[in-house]
Amino acid sequence: MSHDAKIRLEEVEKRYLGTKTPAVASLSLEVKEGEILVLVGPSGCGKSTTLRLINRMIEPTGGRIILDDEDVTKVNPDALRRRIGYVIQQIGLFPHQTIAQNIATVPKMLGWDKARIGERVDELLSVVGLDPETYRDRYPKELSGGQAQRVGVARALGADPEIMLMDEPFGAIDPITRDRLQNEFLRVQETLRKTIVFVTHDVDEAIKMGDRIAILGDQSHIRQIDTPERILAFPVDDFVADFIGSGSTLKGLHFEVVDDNVDLDPYPTMTVGDDPAEALERAHAVHATWVLVLDDEQRPLRWVSTEELGQGTPVTAESGTEVLAKVQLGATLFEALEQMLISEAAVAVVVREDGSYYGVVRLTYLNQQIRRARLEAREHYERMEASS
Amino acid sequence: MDGILSWFDYISGRPDEILEETWAHALIVLTAILAAAVFSVLLGILVQRRPVLRAAALSITGIFLTIPSLALFAIFIPIVGVGNRPAIYALFLYSLLPILRNTVTGLDAVPPAVVESARGMGMGPLRQLLQVRLPLAWPIMMTGIRIATLMTVGIAAIAVLVGGDGLGSYIQGGLTRLGLPNSLESVWTGTVFTVLLGLVLDIVLAAVQRATTSRGQRI
Repeated sequence: MSHDAKIRLEEVEKRYLGTKTPAVASLSLEVKEGEILVLVGPSGCGKSTTLRLINRMIEPTGGRIILDDEDVTKVNPDALRRRIGYVIQQIGLFPHQTIAQNIATVPKMLGWDKARIGERVDELLSVVGLDPETYRDRYPKELSGGQAQRVGVARALGADPEIMLMDEPFGAIDPITRDRLQNEFLRVQETLRKTIVFVTHDVDEAIKMGDRIAILGDQSHIRQIDTPERILAFPVDDFVADFIGSGSTLKGLHFEVVDDNVDLDPYPTMTVGDDPAEALERAHAVHATWVLVLDDEQRPLRWVSTEELGQGTPVTAESGTEVLAKVQLGATLFEALEQMLISEAAVAVVVREDGSYYGVVRLTYLNQQIRRARLEAREHYERMEASS
Repeated sequence: MDGILSWFDYISGRPDEILEETWAHALIVLTAILAAAVFSVLLGILVQRRPVLRAAALSITGIFLTIPSLALFAIFIPIVGVGNRPAIYALFLYSLLPILRNTVTGLDAVPPAVVESARGMGMGPLRQLLQVRLPLAWPIMMTGIRIATLMTVGIAAIAVLVGGDGLGSYIQGGLTRLGLPNSLESVWTGTVFTVLLGLVLDIVLAAVQRATTSRGQRI
């Protein structure tokens, strides 16, 4: 039992009358304060049921639910739900109420005074990126799907709950808007630091949104629960591997970054005006077929092939081809890979914030990083097994 | 042409009397509708999510509608005596089905996601009903009330046969004196003012419906 667990499920079970097998069987789970835990699994695995057990929209038939060390398994469910933000895929805004009235639902029930509610509504609209002046007095039917879900999130945040439950909140929204809402939500979460349980059936969304991911099988059995990078690097069994699907290595690249404490491979460079013969020599020394031309301020400018250098003509700012594939320090390896694929020399040029040359990322570097991540994940699981 | 002129003569000769009967007619209808609305809405709330009770309530109120109106009015005389009362009771029974059915349909039409989110925010059953389900079902319920009103305005003309007031007295009076002077004029007066009353009541109720429906729900 760790002390930072905000939500703790202890052997929670849901068995419907007249069914042999429970819908959720003896589930124990901890959600840490301030994290997003994503429940992901195939449809029918009980992930939504599990989520709804936490605010007792579905009453558990066994086990205990503990919030902040307080057993809430038997407390008044309405009082419990007012402490927990709840967002569902269909949003369920009240069509007969304005946006402001919708957002004010829980604060009103908690007896906040009018002025405080008004301020809170405006604040929340700004938080979710809607102009209070424009949207306060509109009705839900006047909103697009994306705007409605922003309001849904604002309403769930109404009385500033410490815990949020989100059931496929972006599931019914077009891919482009969904991506934007996900990013905005992550940015809001950075400052709000709510404890969030998030249900999705989409692995990519789980990887993007989750600080940790719980992959659920039948009856909400936890097949693996860990950070996305470790699950991608080391799926514990075939079920998990199948579920995260092909391309998990590529997805893992999202979690590795090019930072300034890594040693990047040396690459032959020259400055405009340097002697081509000298540069050619440097290139041959490392068996490179391209030389990177920098400007006076060390900014990558052009790629020049050794062939072109061999002709002995002076190198200018117009020689060779433009350097298109650049990433900044701190970029993910996924971005580096993308740049690498379009690069003339099959490498991604890494630049500092001021644009000056730092090094290059090659495929071998990605390969090393991936294998290191896998090894670390495997060792982590071996240690866990050894200690249990 | 002569007929219309003589009809105008007939009504312009007794405007106060006609208005009085129209008002009496309206009062019979509105009393029955008001009682039926309160009863049916409460009953509807009670049975909407209980399939057996719901089917029973809908069939019983449906059966009321099939009882011939003349008989239904008369049935109440031994119980409540003659006058407006048996008429009001009969119209009450007729109004139950349209209002009950629309109440149930209106509550059915509340999107489940809206109720789910209300419950998820910690609204108890009563709060869900008063703040979410009833307001959302209201336009459909109100339509039921309007249908019941239009329906009973016509039937209420029979009240005169059980000793009640209303525009039926012109129709009945005319029919019993058929062939004598002013008999047809009298029938037409009863009929035309019943229709006019129906239109006016519907316009008033439509205005009430509009005023009591949130802008967010109007189509």
